[in-house]
Amino acid sequence: MGEQELLEYVQSGGQVETGDPMPDEYRARLIKFIEMHANSELMGVLPEREWILRAPSLQRKLALTAKVQDEVGHAQLIYRVVEDLGKPRSACLDDLISGRSKFHNVFHYPTKTWGDVGVIAWLVDAAAIISQKALLKCSYAPYARIMKKICWEESFHILHGRDVILTLVNGTEGQRQLVQEALDRWWGPLMQFHGNPLRAEDDPTYRWRIKSQANEDARQQFLDGYVPQIWELGLTVPDPKLRKGDDDVWQYTEPDWDELRHVVTGHGPKTAERLDLRRAARASSAWVRSVVLAEAA
Amino acid sequence: MIFEVFRQERKGQAFQHAGSIAAPDGTFAEAYAREQYGRRGESTALWVVPRSAVHEITDFVDELERNYHRVDGYSIKAKLKEARAAAEGGHRVRASVSAGADS
Repeated sequence: MGEQELLEYVQSGGQVETGDPMPDEYRARLIKFIEMHANSELMGVLPEREWILRAPSLQRKLALTAKVQDEVGHAQLIYRVVEDLGKPRSACLDDLISGRSKFHNVFHYPTKTWGDVGVIAWLVDAAAIISQKALLKCSYAPYARIMKKICWEESFHILHGRDVILTLVNGTEGQRQLVQEALDRWWGPLMQFHGNPLRAEDDPTYRWRIKSQANEDARQQFLDGYVPQIWELGLTVPDPKLRKGDDDVWQYTEPDWDELRHVVTGHGPKTAERLDLRRAARASSAWVRSVVLAEAA
Repeated sequence: MIFEVFRQERKGQAFQHAGSIAAPDGTFAEAYAREQYGRRGESTALWVVPRSAVHEITDFVDELERNYHRVDGYSIKAKLKEARAAAEGGHRVRASVSAGADS
């Protein structure tokens, strides 16, 4: 199929399999998008990993460990999809640790308190699930299929996050304060998470039906689903302009797009430290890979 | 090596393709498959198959248009209509014959 033909095919709901011929642009866009998703799953465990030893109870330690295992597993499944598109996992990891490829903005920030862990597991995961659910209809079928399993596991993560938050808001004034402060820290990055309000038609990943919704639609869906849940707990969203208009559309202060650009291009407060950790982990586990591969050969 | 994993969700159901894993050999493939597709009790069984063993066929040619072994090869509607019309005509004939015999 030529480029125009495939565009029409995917725009009318057609799906593509691994072995199907595809135009270079489609393949390149798929690799870039899916690789960034895999990177985000892999880097996303680092802020939470920092809290496994400091989690407030054994139950929380176990749940956090399970969540970290899930996310690393998602990274493996998604890198597999990228590999079948022609880019080996080792090349993806090289590009990640050298800063050539990107990962989601929210994983470039520090986690100051246990409140941050709750807000990440609840709201960051909620924002991510909205994007991920929209990928269940992806024009590249192997990716869409793997998203089914991933979304299924993410629903447990959200509940874990909600449980952490509810326990804190039902606790002492100090615990409630932890949640409010974490929310204040994370609101900016959360509002940037779904990207600038590019029209769907101008978004190449939408044109190729890799994504099935516009950035702004995803953000509106997030606000619709979660702002009432935040308010219900007596928490304050740190945006005086936030309100639902008469047209049912949420209004808010323009997110800081410069910050988003700055952070995802490798200049976030924790970018260097986390990439260093990833680099060190890769180097220190190199002998395991060489032994395993030598044994199997 | 790449392995394809098929999972059965409940006893009696068909195995469905779940995804693929990269592993150096069958032993690692089994361990990875268990972790990726069975650790929450979501499967009753897994098939772990080297990708090279999967023989994919995607071209199905029907040179002779053998539609006689498919339901769409039979256009019952038109023929049934004709048969019904004929049967109704026949009834009328038979009815008039018997009416004539009565008189």
